[in-house]
Amino acid sequence: MKKPSALALLADVSRRSGLPLVDRMLEGARRRAEALRLRVVGSDFDERVEWLRHRYDSIGGDPFGLDPDVAKSAVTVLSFFHRLYFRTECFGLGNIPEGRALLVANHSGQIPIDGAILGTALFMDLNPPRVGRAMIEKWAVSLPFASTFFNKVGQVVGVPENARRLLEMGELLLVFPEGVRGISKPFSQRYQLQAFGSGFMRLAIETNTPIVPVAIIGAEEQYVNFGNLERVAKVLGMPVLPMVPQILVPGGQLPLPMKYRLHFGEPLYFRGDHLDDDKVINDKVWLVKQTIQELLNQALSQRAGLFT
Amino acid sequence: MTETQTESKSDHPGTVLITGMGGRFGGRLVRRLHRKHRVVGIGRRVALGLPQDVEHVQIDPLRSAAREIFARPDVRAIVHLGVIHDSRRAGSHQDNLLTLERVLGYAEQFGIRKVVLLSSANTYGPRPENPQFLREEAPLLASGRFTGMRSLVEVDLFAQSYFWRHPETEIVILRPAHVLGTVRNAPSNYLRLALVPTVLGFDPMLQAVHQDDVAQAIDLALVPGVRGIFNIAGPPPVPLSKALRVLGRRSVGIPYSLAKSGLTGLFQFGMTHFPAAELDFIRFVCMVDDTSAKETLGYAPAHDLRETLIAVDEERWP
Repeated sequence: MKKPSALALLADVSRRSGLPLVDRMLEGARRRAEALRLRVVGSDFDERVEWLRHRYDSIGGDPFGLDPDVAKSAVTVLSFFHRLYFRTECFGLGNIPEGRALLVANHSGQIPIDGAILGTALFMDLNPPRVGRAMIEKWAVSLPFASTFFNKVGQVVGVPENARRLLEMGELLLVFPEGVRGISKPFSQRYQLQAFGSGFMRLAIETNTPIVPVAIIGAEEQYVNFGNLERVAKVLGMPVLPMVPQILVPGGQLPLPMKYRLHFGEPLYFRGDHLDDDKVINDKVWLVKQTIQELLNQALSQRAGLFT
Repeated sequence: MTETQTESKSDHPGTVLITGMGGRFGGRLVRRLHRKHRVVGIGRRVALGLPQDVEHVQIDPLRSAAREIFARPDVRAIVHLGVIHDSRRAGSHQDNLLTLERVLGYAEQFGIRKVVLLSSANTYGPRPENPQFLREEAPLLASGRFTGMRSLVEVDLFAQSYFWRHPETEIVILRPAHVLGTVRNAPSNYLRLALVPTVLGFDPMLQAVHQDDVAQAIDLALVPGVRGIFNIAGPPPVPLSKALRVLGRRSVGIPYSLAKSGLTGLFQFGMTHFPAAELDFIRFVCMVDDTSAKETLGYAPAHDLRETLIAVDEERWP
């Protein structure tokens, strides 16, 4: 009888005991991954995606190009930040009307993570789920991949006609009237609202849409900005150049894991003529701004801690 | 821009004169119209396979001999299809405008009270800052980035100038989205390619309309009392990638800079009909809102998305 070679023996042993072991390890890893996924996205995630698919299929597909499959993967990734990294907590979700609404929020944090988290919260924590639709800058549309991605997750080019059409469809529009002034304000001005644009108010009056004030707590501290280098930014042709020393620390490129808190206020209704003088419109804008500032102040006084 | 007059005309609309009937779209349109109207065609090309009761005169409308056809007493309406879209043909720009001027002049001279011009939604131009759906009031900006579109834009504007110059003539300008079917236009040719090149990283929404739905719109535009500018769209738009999936086409994404230089070269050597500037049509949106046509004309596209798309494969031309 031929003596089996060492190699054959090894193959035999590995087939008998090695393979099942690997299988078990893989199975364990898969289960752990599934458990993590469930913890991140929740058990009703697939139902939510189905709901989304149904909503837009029933109107012959979203005319702006929202793709439920791409949105699903994007939300899965964002859920990690939403649930585990920022541990977002929502207050007053019941204030969001079932139909169309303008969600007007403070904008901050050097990069617009606040918008993404707000959108994720609307999809993950609201029943039924909603898609928050924000407006992207016109220049971003000519960027390959980015523009396509934004469209497929439901963001649209920022022109008034698109906003009107979305509201007619009964969508939730996310508005950050501070714009880039809010995003890149220095740390010393955190939770102090910057000047508001007035376009959203004219839109709200024209389309008779309720405005839901939103206070986003946490985003304002995620990157500590010591000030903006305006001259240097001008020379370099950049819109803004914030000084954020934390990005020099390894791992500091990620935002600080602040606890996000989203406070939704009661909807505000405005009547009148949307073509009114700036003065009249700005008074109404001021009212919204004050409401959000009060919501911010109240939320800040109640918050237990920065990270908890 | 749109208004409906309730002025009553004789029930029988008389003869409809179609320019540019020799094209493939002209053939489809005739087959729809000849049951309701007497139809006479005029054009540079030979028109084959026409219904027996349709007369076609092969003559350039710019020739003075064409005058007598317009002068026929029973001609009540003109459908002007005879616009050359291929900007590379020498003198096409000049010919397009002169022909339209001549046609509108005849209409005035011989008391023809209805002129329907088939323009195009492409005259708005694909631009990153376009709203998702353009209304008829939007400016025609296509020639800003792409001079080849100048001719189509100016034809549209020239016809518009007749609205106030000759209020007694009912002018209807139709601006359909990408017309798909057996027609040989850029979008249909593009979708007929075996391997469809797309621009890497872009997947714009595509709005298409079936050629027979455009014929339906022209039919509706011939109703007495209708005048104005109307966008014509088909089924709800879909991303380009989905349209290619429906058609079962393979596609290849090419970086914009490479596609641009490649097309420029091919175009110079006459190896392609797609000018590089037309790449913007597969990068940005140029879609229209056809609410006005639906409300005023009673237009409703009869073909769904799948029918509209597969129409490009209906009949293969050599």
